[in-house]
Amino acid sequence: MIKKFDKKDEESGSGSNPFQHLEKSAVLQEARIFNETPINPRRCLHILTKIIYLLNQGEHFGTTEATEAFFAMTRLFQSNDQTLRRMCYLTIKEMANISEDVIIVTSSLTKDMTGKEDIYRGPAIRALCRITDTTMLQAIERYMKQAIVDKVPSVSSSALVSSLHMVKMSYDVVKRWVNEAQEAASSDNIMVQYHALGLLYHLRKNDRLAVTKMLNTFTKSGLKSPFAYCMLIRIASRLLEETDGGHDSPLFDFIEGCLRNKHEMVVYEAASAIVHLPNCRARELAPAVSVLQLFCSSPKAALRYAAVRTLNKVAMKHPSAVTACNLDLENLITDSNRSIATLAITTLLKTGSESSVDRLMKQISSFVSEISDEFKVVVVQAISALCQKYPRKHSVMMNFLSNMLRDDGGFEYKRAIVDCIIGFIEENPESKETGLAHLCEFIEDCEHTVLATRILHLLGKEGPRTPTPSKYIRFIFNRVILESEAVRAAAVSALAKFGAQNDDLLPSVLVLLQRCMMDSDDEVRDRATFYMNVLQQKQKALNAAYIFNGLTVSVPGLEKSLHQYTLEPSEKPFDMKSVPLATTPINELKTELTPIVTTKLPEKVAPSRQDIYQEQLSAIPEFKGLGPLFKSSDPVQLTEAETEYVVRCIKHTFTNHIVFQFDCTNTLNDQLLQKVIVQMEPSEAYEVVHYVPAANLPYNQPSSCYTLVRLPDEDPTAVSCTFSCTMKYLVRDCDPNTGEPDEDGYDDEYLLEDLEVTVADHIQKVLKPNFGAAWEEVGDDFEKEETFALASVKTLEEAINNIISFLGMQPCERTDKVPENKNSHVLLLAGVFRGGHDILVRSRLALADGVTMQVTVRSKDEIPVDVILASVG
Amino acid sequence: PYTVEPSLYTVKAVLILDNDGERLYAKYYDDTYPTVKEQKAFEKNIFNKTHRTDSEIALLDGLTVVYKSNIDLYFYVIGSSHENELMLMSVLNCLFDSLSQMLRKNVEKRALLENMEGLFLAVDEIVDGGVILESDAQQVVHRVALRVGYLGRKRIKLVLRIIRLTCNLL
Repeated sequence: MIKKFDKKDEESGSGSNPFQHLEKSAVLQEARIFNETPINPRRCLHILTKIIYLLNQGEHFGTTEATEAFFAMTRLFQSNDQTLRRMCYLTIKEMANISEDVIIVTSSLTKDMTGKEDIYRGPAIRALCRITDTTMLQAIERYMKQAIVDKVPSVSSSALVSSLHMVKMSYDVVKRWVNEAQEAASSDNIMVQYHALGLLYHLRKNDRLAVTKMLNTFTKSGLKSPFAYCMLIRIASRLLEETDGGHDSPLFDFIEGCLRNKHEMVVYEAASAIVHLPNCRARELAPAVSVLQLFCSSPKAALRYAAVRTLNKVAMKHPSAVTACNLDLENLITDSNRSIATLAITTLLKTGSESSVDRLMKQISSFVSEISDEFKVVVVQAISALCQKYPRKHSVMMNFLSNMLRDDGGFEYKRAIVDCIIGFIEENPESKETGLAHLCEFIEDCEHTVLATRILHLLGKEGPRTPTPSKYIRFIFNRVILESEAVRAAAVSALAKFGAQNDDLLPSVLVLLQRCMMDSDDEVRDRATFYMNVLQQKQKALNAAYIFNGLTVSVPGLEKSLHQYTLEPSEKPFDMKSVPLATTPINELKTELTPIVTTKLPEKVAPSRQDIYQEQLSAIPEFKGLGPLFKSSDPVQLTEAETEYVVRCIKHTFTNHIVFQFDCTNTLNDQLLQKVIVQMEPSEAYEVVHYVPAANLPYNQPSSCYTLVRLPDEDPTAVSCTFSCTMKYLVRDCDPNTGEPDEDGYDDEYLLEDLEVTVADHIQKVLKPNFGAAWEEVGDDFEKEETFALASVKTLEEAINNIISFLGMQPCERTDKVPENKNSHVLLLAGVFRGGHDILVRSRLALADGVTMQVTVRSKDEIPVDVILASVG
Repeated sequence: PYTVEPSLYTVKAVLILDNDGERLYAKYYDDTYPTVKEQKAFEKNIFNKTHRTDSEIALLDGLTVVYKSNIDLYFYVIGSSHENELMLMSVLNCLFDSLSQMLRKNVEKRALLENMEGLFLAVDEIVDGGVILESDAQQVVHRVALRVGYLGRKRIKLVLRIIRLTCNLL
């Protein structure tokens, strides 16, 4: 006997891990003893452990070998060794996806799940559900229902959790177990309560009424399980958010009441829920903030972390609500958990005064290298917020950021810093040169193509307008020599911009571009050749159109139009005006600072919302001949929320037509609507050409109908119009349970709110990165100017916001931001008028008693100019 | 959405690493890290960021990681960054306490490796497909129900090893 143990010891060696050198093939060889009689439970157990260990290490098992081992393992069900049987269940679960014919163990598992050994029943249910499909689930339905209400908690929990896993696959079967789950929810066992609640919510979550009822029952009855309470809080806050429930709602009272629960987990969940509710005001925040303040001094690191992380979030929106915690946060600055310290400092940066900034920055630089990238990003975010608050501190922070830029760090971290510096440069013109210098230094040694190209683009845009543009040329040309294709191409584009703007640099830029024409990459060569030829013409208009302000069309749209053009041979040259415009400015997409969750960059240009509409509309035969879709508006609600029918409208503008898309939802479960149209009565000379009805509008399944309207030809400046709208349809009453409609129906109608078409529906936003160049390019052939007094407007910001939203044009050169303490401002707007003509607006605003506004409009056609001036007046 | 989707799926992974950062146990409950390669890279990252500190909680790769170390073992429970940190903590504590009871307070690599089946069964009782199944260590130990006789045999083995080592020394 002793000898045997000795031998075993030598096998496992003196090394620390007896499993370290396991060979899969050797273990599978050993598994043959499963077939020996009598079964040796201890040895078999050891082998199963080895198999699971190998699977756990990520070892790959082929189907054949896995199936062989699995079948051998099934024999072990003959043994009554408890641990061995439990390991069999585990093996079944681990192999469910790799072995074939796993369903062979169904009857053994069904036997165990209904047998006398309680210790087997729970795990057997879990293993069985792992290998079951919808058809088989119906066969064991009776047992599952019994198990859910079983008095042994482990059995009931196992059945509930397994049911939850099965919902995805067999919703209709599991739905039938709602009554059993309901019964389980009143169990005394805290885990059973929790699991039952989770399953019930999952089955009912699309039925708001049922969820509300369920919440009412449980919040009144009082559950014992802290987990279940957390779940209830989440359900309640989700419901509050969906229904826009106010803070006087009983749901809010429930959440607030949970702040006094005896479990920290529940208290924290409630505080966090309150903090995350939209439109939360200081008064509702206060009790949540005070429990979080208490948690700041907890001996548990996880609780301190949770508290300070949540306070940090509060401070982003309501810094004043957190000032009360400043003292507690100060104590956390020296916390041994660096994550907690960082969060405390960044929170203080948001809530503290300008005088504390230097001290906090010094503190954080002492350990910034010790924290993970995620928190470095949090630090950068805090700094970025700080710059906006205290613009005078920008030199301190710019220094700090440039130091951070030199440190090691991943892409997300570097991107956050670069975003922050770019934001700086744009907000504070005086920091432009320092910022550009730091970025130049960074791209000298930057491994991230995306960032390098972004910075090069910025250099091309900003560099030529600095006092000494020549100093950037070296940094840019270095990239042409040293970097990958994408970066080289971006560098070539940047160079061209310097040549176009600075006449004295043009000869040297041309020399450099000449060299780039020998590049090994097509794209780089093509760009160099193209820019070379444009620059040699020395014409401002060409420079503006092809170098400063690039294409404004949608890329997927261009691809489709070109493809179409090649399919239909034609004498006419391809017309760029026939391509739909890009709906979001491509060049200056300001990336939101929301890191934490890592985002994967999209591989391809995703079609925009408008590209999708274009696709959908062109599939409707009635809209075939309308030409390219010019603009789609944001949805306009035509009904109040919570009415019988919910209708919203999207206005699609084409060259000579508007298509009104009505998205309708029928919220009555005892009605089926058919042949739904929205009849429109225009106030002006607009002509309704066609109605495309929605054939069926069943309960809760949104569907769309369309109205096609022709724009008036006689008076092209008549751009605005009011439509009165009535929804007309055939009602068929139906059985709310089965959805079976009556044979006969009757006509009915429903009055909707009026719909406005305004000047903004005829203009598409377009960004001109270099407005001055575009202004020159369009020229003054049709320039008109007029002065207006806006008496009711009190501030420049208000005036600017009004003009932008009224005209629906794109503000350029960041002129939508008014510097502090200024009495006058110039707003630059760009857009394209329906039909394809660029339209530019320069609006000089002066603040006296009200706001006086001098508007200058340029376009290559007279009509758009008149339209703008007519509508502003 | 501002609020967390109400769901029972709380745990994304449970890991146990040794003091070289090698995987002793790893169970991933969703597709955050679909391949073994990505998992190992994540584990390496997690170990590098945590093994020198005993800070209990960190944010890594946009995930909340709660952890605990004992002698030569590192225990981790991972969840979404929106998850209630204390819930994840209750899973970690339950795992640690269950093992501590099963290994008679002897929570170290050698003892754990000799009771791998106990570990497998315990985690299976604590988390099922990402759902917290049980958070009370007492219940877990009871349900795993490794018979004392079995652990006893391991003890004999241990005693024999000690005897042998002593003999060698002599």
